[in-house]
Amino acid sequence: MAEGSRDQAGMGTTDPEEDSPNMIVYRKIEDIVTRIQDEKAGGVAIRTVKSFLSKIPSVVSGADIVQWLMKNLSIEDLAEAIHLGSLVAAHGYIFPISDHVLTLKDDGTLYRFQSPYFWPSNCWEPENTDYAIYLCKRTMQNKARLELADYEAENLARLQRAFARKWEFIFMQAEAQVKIDRKKDKAERKILDSQERAFWDVHRPVPGCVNTTEMDIRKCRREKNPHRVKKSVYGVPDDGQSQPSPVHISSQPTRKPTKDDVQKEITFLNIQLDRHCMKVSKVADSLISYTEQFMEYDPFVSVTEPSNPWISDDNAFWDLEASRDPNQQRVKKWGFSLEEALKDPLGRDQFLKFLESEFSSENLRFWLAVQDLKRRPLQEVASRAQEIWQEFLAEGAPSSINLDSHSYERTSQNLKDPGRYSYEDAQEHIFKLMKSDSYARFLRSNIYQDLLLARKKGKSLTGKRLTGLMQSS
Amino acid sequence: MCDQTFVAATFGPCESCGKASPLMNIYIKTEAINFCSFCVELMTCQVLQGGESVASLKRESDNLKKKLEEERGKLNDIELHQVAEKSEVLGAFAIKTRRLLKGHGNKVLCMDWCKDKRRLVSSSQDGKVIVWDAFTLNKEHGVTLPCTWVMACAYAPSGCAVACGGLDNKCSVFPLSLDKNENLNAKKKSVAMHTNYVSGCTFTSSDMQILTSSGDGTCALWDVESGQLLQSFHGHTADVLSLDLAPSETGNTFVSGGSDMKANIWDMRSGQNIQSFETHESDINCVKYYPSGDAFASASDDATCRFFDLRADREVAIYQKDSIIFGASSVDFSLSGRLLFAGYNDYTINVWDVLKGTRVSVLFGHENRVSRLRVSPDGTALCSASWDNTLRIWS
Repeated sequence: MAEGSRDQAGMGTTDPEEDSPNMIVYRKIEDIVTRIQDEKAGGVAIRTVKSFLSKIPSVVSGADIVQWLMKNLSIEDLAEAIHLGSLVAAHGYIFPISDHVLTLKDDGTLYRFQSPYFWPSNCWEPENTDYAIYLCKRTMQNKARLELADYEAENLARLQRAFARKWEFIFMQAEAQVKIDRKKDKAERKILDSQERAFWDVHRPVPGCVNTTEMDIRKCRREKNPHRVKKSVYGVPDDGQSQPSPVHISSQPTRKPTKDDVQKEITFLNIQLDRHCMKVSKVADSLISYTEQFMEYDPFVSVTEPSNPWISDDNAFWDLEASRDPNQQRVKKWGFSLEEALKDPLGRDQFLKFLESEFSSENLRFWLAVQDLKRRPLQEVASRAQEIWQEFLAEGAPSSINLDSHSYERTSQNLKDPGRYSYEDAQEHIFKLMKSDSYARFLRSNIYQDLLLARKKGKSLTGKRLTGLMQSS
Repeated sequence: MCDQTFVAATFGPCESCGKASPLMNIYIKTEAINFCSFCVELMTCQVLQGGESVASLKRESDNLKKKLEEERGKLNDIELHQVAEKSEVLGAFAIKTRRLLKGHGNKVLCMDWCKDKRRLVSSSQDGKVIVWDAFTLNKEHGVTLPCTWVMACAYAPSGCAVACGGLDNKCSVFPLSLDKNENLNAKKKSVAMHTNYVSGCTFTSSDMQILTSSGDGTCALWDVESGQLLQSFHGHTADVLSLDLAPSETGNTFVSGGSDMKANIWDMRSGQNIQSFETHESDINCVKYYPSGDAFASASDDATCRFFDLRADREVAIYQKDSIIFGASSVDFSLSGRLLFAGYNDYTINVWDVLKGTRVSVLFGHENRVSRLRVSPDGTALCSASWDNTLRIWS
């Protein structure tokens, strides 16, 4: 095998591309794998195992690895440890010595550690020519353990067709590799062969297995050395035919901040300093009380009545939601805040009904009209804005709303150039008004209370009947 | 700027470049400056360009950052999980896969629920966008985009259209036809145009506007009908990978997260960046508001998810474990905000107790990375999309 320095464990740590997302994961795995192999520091025992007439050097059992992971990474669940171990294997850092499928088993199956030379963090992207050389070389060696698996034989056949013209070259390279390998010590060769095979299991995985070298295309641009000349596993010079990956085009390095940028940053920071913020204790209380209020409505935390459709395959829950007849739990939600009441179309309708009974529905209708305005296509905005003015704010408007003079001035100014946000100030003002005044009265109103208590009366009657029954028996 | 300057010649080391040379002794607003003539020229040019040098501005900015950290630190009187100790411990969870949606031929990159709580749209690496009735597993619509890697898709609030985009740098809207035989591509409307891939898109409260995030570092608000750009949002210094609209009926803000490790809050009206959070150690892949709109969570390649409160203007919780070493790709809250579901590149979904900061469950099932997950609008189910070509509905 033509290799570079086998001790090349990783690249320089000052390289900014070291922080690319893939590298972060590789470094963590490499840290784990290094620790596992460090017997003196609590790692697993890597031994030579006797098997029939031969010895298997440098192996460890799957169970040992699983145990180590559970102990050293504080994993309580066996399934989780096996899953993590399998991922470490899938990325090519450990491998079963007698299988192409890279998973971890919690038993006596023997595993070996991958050589740092072959670690994914070295950004391997081996070409098909290398793979062809490898498969070809395998067929030349007369060893049972190196026999090609079915999918490998198929791959080889395909490559032979694809590289028909340069097959002689590939064949020669393979022969050269075999010669180099023969010079190595027997035990060392066993190890090297298995590591090489594991390398290819990562880059040319068994059909059906996950190819862990696939990358998220959004992160590709920042990969190390995107324009690199592809490094060959077997020292084959790049013949220039390999196309640079379409994603590895001009990367967008983070721009150095200009004076303008820094000035904007200063302005931003000053605004932040002026902002009034709340203490974490207060904020925590607010988050906790919000969550606790809604927990009874959360299907993942509380039981869904009558049933969760996805579990029972029964639509009943959805039919209930769609009905015009709200249940007590739903009506209760309208009492949490004006926002909640308006979020629910039924709540909104009931609130409107209440306001109409008080002849003060113009506020809500204005608010709803402005909401609608913001949802219109750009073309319609100007005319709709004018309509709202005529209906709610103009002199002698049919649904005249009560705005303070400041907001009124601002709004009429805004309408000189009408836009989606022309009524923002007015809308905010009206919302506050409704919240502090009409909403509170709505909650006390018969319309609301009847709905809220309607079922409750039914329930407590049942309750009385039951206790009655129990007392009499 | 120079108020009054006196020029007097002396000799010595220049206070700017250090070289021994004839010095011009100048006073700038009573501050004595002894520079060599070259450095004086340099400084004059910079001053004429308006303001101080980048270096001194940087110093000012760094000082402000320190001051801000100090001020905010004073408000950090207790940790969220400590206050949450008084909350009930959650019982054991029996969350299982209830539906398996097969049909995509390649990695599923994105999905979004319809407001009707049962339909959803999903998009994949092979350019296919499928609309499903997840309850019956029925595929209702399908369209093939001419580009691969459709990374973003969204369902319109009315349920009558879907938007999607990706490597084509665009976001297009497709009205959903009731006629099964009609080719959706026929009525396709190209709305957003970015100069790099579209990483995320969402409709605002109506079918008429979409908000997009892009690898070109910006977010943008578009009018669907005309395709006009209504507002653009600049501030990220690298790809923007995710965005989420604030849930408020009255609010006009959204949050975005990017490869610059920052999460920014934006005002949709003005295009201004209102708040910024920079505690993650790698790309932020996903951001999602807490249901009240006062806080949001983020998922990052640094293998953590974090919780930020807008009123305290700081990170208030971090969700991590020694055994979780792969990046988190997507997050969403359960309806009450008590649970945080997070999808990871190690094929799992971890369920976190938002308040206590502990993990309450791990969901295994996917056979490759989880690219996106979303809780249904009524909170009854969680949908996860994966590189294993499937979507799973959990409940």
